[in-house]
Amino acid sequence: MKKVYPDPTAALSGLLRDGMTIMAGGFGLCGIPDELIEAIRASGVTGLTVISNNAGIDGVGLGKLLETRQVARMISSYVGENKEFARQYLGGELAIEFNPQGTLAERIRAGGAGIPAFFTKTGVGTSVAEGKELREFDGETYVMERGLFADLAIVHAWTGDTEGNLVYRKTARNFNPMMATAAAVTVAQVEHLVEPGAIDPDHIHTPGIFVSRILHVPVREKRIEQRTVRPRRAPETGEAAAAGGGAI
Amino acid sequence: MAWTREQMAARAARELEDGFYVNLGIGIPTLVSNYIPEGMSVQLQSENGMLGMGPFPYEGEEDPDLINAGKQTITALPTTSYFSSADSFGMIRGGHIDLSILGAMQVAQNGDLANWMIPGKMVKGMGGAMDLVAGVKRVVVVMEHVARAKDGTESAKLLASCDLPLTGTQVVDLVITDLGVFTIDKKGSGGMRLIELADGVTEDEIRAKTDAHFTTALG
Repeated sequence: MKKVYPDPTAALSGLLRDGMTIMAGGFGLCGIPDELIEAIRASGVTGLTVISNNAGIDGVGLGKLLETRQVARMISSYVGENKEFARQYLGGELAIEFNPQGTLAERIRAGGAGIPAFFTKTGVGTSVAEGKELREFDGETYVMERGLFADLAIVHAWTGDTEGNLVYRKTARNFNPMMATAAAVTVAQVEHLVEPGAIDPDHIHTPGIFVSRILHVPVREKRIEQRTVRPRRAPETGEAAAAGGGAI
Repeated sequence: MAWTREQMAARAARELEDGFYVNLGIGIPTLVSNYIPEGMSVQLQSENGMLGMGPFPYEGEEDPDLINAGKQTITALPTTSYFSSADSFGMIRGGHIDLSILGAMQVAQNGDLANWMIPGKMVKGMGGAMDLVAGVKRVVVVMEHVARAKDGTESAKLLASCDLPLTGTQVVDLVITDLGVFTIDKKGSGGMRLIELADGVTEDEIRAKTDAHFTTALG
């Protein structure tokens, strides 16, 4: 079985339909499968439920699917950077389900691991817990959250081999590994495509069993959402000198 | 004279201990990293999936694959590790992070915290705030003592009970404002206690600007 597809359209062929649920990896614009998002936009599929930590920014990442009104509902933890999102949400065109970021991550992890629900302290006593089952364990109250499983997951990785084994790079890992496990079909966009054996098996983050299709999109310039730098000359005062664990 | 943002950050840094794993929120909490005492080992966690966060990169060395939870470009350290967001929140929820320092809109005298949503305004989402306050061992809030509206009117942020939607219930251990420092006995019956005054600030001024009930134990 051949997992490698020649272009984004081919990589998604036969997988897209109106009203489906799609998980999209990434945190902000870091580690997003942008070519696959572009191909979903070009397909014209609508009424999508999209599970992703953020909603991109205007015109970039998932922002592209918002522009074309292909998304009906989002499950996210934070969507602050997108004006089009706000406009559609306030206009009643777009539904949003906010999940605490860790709850979202764990719902996806659980869904991929065949766990239909779990209990967490996060959100107890807040609007997040409304209408959900509460249970006490060892004197503490927990809320039940459901696992998430999608029709399709689109993820981004640094290196992949033709078997679908994936390696992520730095903080571009984020939600990608869990999402790769939590969908009927997972399509991975990789920056480097290598032959089996080229990746040390001890270094593989996502085993190929979770990946159905692979698309090679070579490294090119990536967008940075918040470019922050420090001056080259060491500051003379202690304030910005970044002692110990370092300044951010 | 109330404390400046820098002075508040410096005061918050006194809550750090050698060997601590710490998560810093956006805003004044981020400044705390500038006041980590020399020789103290503190590893900063970024909840998108990194432990051992370094300073901002030099210009020209930004890496789009290396960002913090505020989506800012950062750098790695020799101690750095990367992991998924599920592992990251496993660390947080599992009680492995020693200290979370974050901002707030309101804090109640029982330790309830509101910092993610104002009804009627565009809701951006809670991000990782609910997970952090529910899971981290010790939660320190750094915030202005009062909220200032555009017309200049002030309203208290330290309240008998929060009226904004909650981020967590009975979660805050310590509050540092520009006027002073309060402890909260979040699981017990000790309530809120004023333990320090900012330079030149009187207890009367704090009482006038605080709706929460608190006792005083100035050291």
